[in-house]
Amino acid sequence: MALSEFSRRGLGRRRVTGALGVTLALLCALLAAATLLVILGYVMVQGIGAINWEFLTQLPHPVGVPGGGVGNGILGTFIILAIATAMAVPIGLLTGIYLSLFGRGLLPEALRFMSDVLSGVPSIAIGLFAYAVLVAPLKHFSAFSASFAFAMLMLPLLVRTSEQAIRSVPQTVREGALALGMSNFRATVGIVLPTARPAIITALLLAIARVIGETAPLLFTAFGTQFWETNPNNPMAVLALQVFNYAISPYANWQSQAWGGALLLVAAVCVLSLGARLMLRRAMHGLEG
Amino acid sequence: MTTDAGSRFRRVARFVSPVDRGFAAVVYGGSILFALLILGLFVELLLGSWPSIVKFGPGFVFSSAWDPLNSKFGALPMIYGTLVTSLIAIALAGFIGIMSAVFLADFAPRWLATPLSFLIELLAAVPSVVYGLWGLFVLAPFMRTTAGPILQKLLGWTPFFSGTIYGVGLLTGGAILALMIVPTVTAISRDVVAAIPRDLREASMALGATKWETATRVVLPAARVGIFGACVLALGRALGETIAVTMVIGNRPEISASLFAPSYTLASVIANEFTEATTGIYISALIELGLILFLVSIVVNALARVMIWSVRGSERV
Repeated sequence: MALSEFSRRGLGRRRVTGALGVTLALLCALLAAATLLVILGYVMVQGIGAINWEFLTQLPHPVGVPGGGVGNGILGTFIILAIATAMAVPIGLLTGIYLSLFGRGLLPEALRFMSDVLSGVPSIAIGLFAYAVLVAPLKHFSAFSASFAFAMLMLPLLVRTSEQAIRSVPQTVREGALALGMSNFRATVGIVLPTARPAIITALLLAIARVIGETAPLLFTAFGTQFWETNPNNPMAVLALQVFNYAISPYANWQSQAWGGALLLVAAVCVLSLGARLMLRRAMHGLEG
Repeated sequence: MTTDAGSRFRRVARFVSPVDRGFAAVVYGGSILFALLILGLFVELLLGSWPSIVKFGPGFVFSSAWDPLNSKFGALPMIYGTLVTSLIAIALAGFIGIMSAVFLADFAPRWLATPLSFLIELLAAVPSVVYGLWGLFVLAPFMRTTAGPILQKLLGWTPFFSGTIYGVGLLTGGAILALMIVPTVTAISRDVVAAIPRDLREASMALGATKWETATRVVLPAARVGIFGACVLALGRALGETIAVTMVIGNRPEISASLFAPSYTLASVIANEFTEATTGIYISALIELGLILFLVSIVVNALARVMIWSVRGSERV
């Protein structure tokens, strides 16, 4: 860059260019944020009318019969998420502990790389995996296979975050515990993990937010049903799947319910993201204090 | 996490007692299970698509026949649709995302940067099916009645903007994808830009450059590898995105120059046809599409991460 470019000559013009450039950047950021507000506004306006007690608690009605709800889908979402969490947390936490304790070497690096790669694998490919492992051999769709796919989607975030959360606990805390004669097991589980807990819970909330509206893998795992279903070995209704099916249906009643379901999903994601943010603030505070 | 503390810890903390050995074994077992799951993902996709790989060979990706009734399968129309929609998306989202990132990292006062960052990150958390719903009922009609005709009037003389405007199609799919990947580009580029040393900025300002000149001629060139990585990562998301695209792409396995034409992507054909596939070879062909997606996503992600790390360090993505 030649020095003369920044000379005082033409300073006025350069200032104008600079101001225009900054304004352009501002407009881009505002555009991105405004898009969100437009989409959220649309979902809010269209969805709020569809939401009432019946919508939240009733079964879907057949085509042509007005009313009905997505109660079974909401219940199914909770069940599938609960099982997915129960599968993903132990594996994610153990892998995170392993990476934080035995961090260097070929296997840990390979694990980190695989975890990063997994986070970029399309959810539909993971759905195919769940289908191949749990649906095709058993010859029927099941909520459990959907939980398995969700767990796979949650794992990369859990692994990486729990590793960092455990690492961010000061080494002196662990050494203190060891100096008092604790085993590594007790020092990790009794002292280090509780300190890292808020950060790990943050990661879990974000992981749930990531999968709660996930639809693609559900198409050939949970599959959906018109009835109340609580047995994870059977096909199960899921809210996100109902939103998808209703949206592409030609019936006005169903389309309106799709907006209602979308509003529920967006609300859930917002609550989870805000919760994660608050939890993270607590985690930071805990580490400083 | 300093090297010093790490090595000190390993010296102090040997896993010798029976309890600790058991603990180490469990922890080790958990991570091996994790690794096996990921390997299993690859192996299962490979096994599932094997009949199709054997039957169609490499011609699968070059053939444009998608005819389930006669068991003829070729992935070319879907590969075309996937590439075109993703490229439209990255062209639209790249510029807006990078500009937003520069604004958030270098220009915005804190009181504005924090809430804007939060909003843009929330955009990333909105479920795909919600984007699809919005795209189907708002964007697609808008494309059919307003944006499409205007584009056709201006650029209709090119093959890309000619033909019937259905509303759903390549352009609408690309636009929805653009919305979905703007947050990815913005968030990662912002981190990369923020990681460029202050000294560079101060030196540039001391030489008399304006803020804008500092950003465009000093900071962005220094951050370009990382920003390129952010775009590649976003491209990876776009390539594999399923539900939203399925709802607005039009679902037709054809190759057409017009961006208004309905098309198909690798992911959306799986989403649409998998549960209806009856013959073994049909299912296998669909799984092979999934395998292609998987392999592409690995290459794209590995590439992106190496580029981002080179600028920002390996923590967090």
